[in-house]
Amino acid sequence: MTLGPKDEAAGEGAAGYTVGPMLAGPECCTPEPVIGVRGLAVSYAGVPALKHVDLDIYKGCVTALIGPSGCGKSTFLSSLNRLTDLVAGCRVAGRIEVDGVDIHGPDVDVQALRRKVGMIFQKPNPFPLSIHRNLDMPLREHGVRSRDERESRIRAALSDVGLWEEVADRLDEPALSLSGGQQQRLCIARALVLQPSILLMDEPCSALDPLSAETVEKMIVGLRGRYTVVVVTHNLAQARRIANFAAFFWVRDRAGALIEFDTCQRLFEAPAHDLTAAYVTGRSG
Amino acid sequence: MPDFSSVRRRIFAPQARDGALRMAIWAAAGILFACAAWLMLDVAVRGAAGLDWRFLVDEPARAGRAGGIGPILVSTGLILAVAIAVAAPLGLAAAIFLAEFLPSGSRFAAWTSISLDVLAGIPSIVFGLFGNAFFSVWLGMGFSILSGGLTLACMILPLLIRTAEHGLRMVPDEWRHGAAALGMSRFSSVWRIVLPAAGPAVTAGLLLGLGRATAETAALVFTSGYVDRMPSSLLDSGRALSLHIYDLAMNVAGGDRNAYASALVLLLFLIVVNGLAMSFSDYLLRKRIAA
Repeated sequence: MTLGPKDEAAGEGAAGYTVGPMLAGPECCTPEPVIGVRGLAVSYAGVPALKHVDLDIYKGCVTALIGPSGCGKSTFLSSLNRLTDLVAGCRVAGRIEVDGVDIHGPDVDVQALRRKVGMIFQKPNPFPLSIHRNLDMPLREHGVRSRDERESRIRAALSDVGLWEEVADRLDEPALSLSGGQQQRLCIARALVLQPSILLMDEPCSALDPLSAETVEKMIVGLRGRYTVVVVTHNLAQARRIANFAAFFWVRDRAGALIEFDTCQRLFEAPAHDLTAAYVTGRSG
Repeated sequence: MPDFSSVRRRIFAPQARDGALRMAIWAAAGILFACAAWLMLDVAVRGAAGLDWRFLVDEPARAGRAGGIGPILVSTGLILAVAIAVAAPLGLAAAIFLAEFLPSGSRFAAWTSISLDVLAGIPSIVFGLFGNAFFSVWLGMGFSILSGGLTLACMILPLLIRTAEHGLRMVPDEWRHGAAALGMSRFSSVWRIVLPAAGPAVTAGLLLGLGRATAETAALVFTSGYVDRMPSSLLDSGRALSLHIYDLAMNVAGGDRNAYASALVLLLFLIVVNGLAMSFSDYLLRKRIAA
């Protein structure tokens, strides 16, 4: 997978629902669901965190999950790659299909699922290893034997996140010596190196300074079309700038619930639900 | 009747109380430091007289009054090697199991934790008796380096497990989640990321265990034995350095000079081992802050 020229339209996406002109990769936003969620309910130690969520995530689009803290956005996100399995006492009910396959099915390979559905965390979490090894290890883990292939994929991933020029001559330095923004881009590269088709991002910019946040945001826009991106964000302006679709979550009956899902533009400019309208205009939340 | 109220007021005035407290604290610290300094100086001054290169390599003569400690250093090294070779992998495996695979709230985890604390508090002489009964007699190893090393391994195991477990638990979960999100197996995540990150803590624990094993006397009396000649195999009896000091000081008239020289060797070795352990935990701390 090679990198197309940087998406110049990134900055002018502020108008809302735009289809990013990608020069490489498939056309953006085929209205074809790649993730289908039906009747999803998640609870921690018996306490419900999310109830009755039905949602389709469209291929090649950026979908933003917005809503106040504690409304289950992050829980929803981590149930998509079954990272909820790691939380003791967490129970997931309902059906989640990725590419038409139930991810809770009996013969689903969780490692293969997570290879296809990459994840970026709020706080950059590069491993305490060298920059190179951070990217090399996942490739080795997934059985990419050829050294040449690993090197070319590492280079492509680092270029994709705009980090190659910055770190090409110091790949053997510790990843933790990078700045916060660089660390986050390294983490995105680490996910990209496995060539996933879906990327889950949990507030990827909120722990970064404004300039780094802008760089990372532009980079996410650059991924539109080639990857299906689901991003949790508290920053409504950011959601409008980067997302094609938006889903609004709210706390209802003491558990998170999906209130409204629409194209980003309609959700912000003509919301169907009063709660959404109050939230996006800043009257609540 | 004389009036003591003014005196009482002066003694119990806040300033006076603070002053007294400060003096008491300084005195306690001073006494502690003086004891340590006196002990070290005493050993250094009396031991340095008998310490030279020949002392480190020569065989002991006349029950240790003359000659050196060559075979004793070899026996000590072998006993420690057996202890570490057995305790390190076992301890690490147990720590990984406790910290990474056992659910933290489980009953089994609680029982394991209590057993470890009890084991760590058992006096070393009891480990010696156990080692004698189990390794020397029941398993037929007799008084041997192997039996002594295995007894020491049992003794330092709780310390190793505790420090390694603590080190593993200090590794932030975000790395475990990051590894899982990349589709890495639990095993690779522990082996390639968590364990290297906990490396300094694990090493520091190992060095502390080594220090404790080196200083041990009681557990070796009944297990590795007293024989002070060069051991020819692990099943030979061998005298550890600490035991040599004990024997020279208590059972051999005129052995004081060499007892002090041996004590100086032991002390220097322990200072080096503890220094290494401390610098490793320092390194760990700095790494945490940098991260």
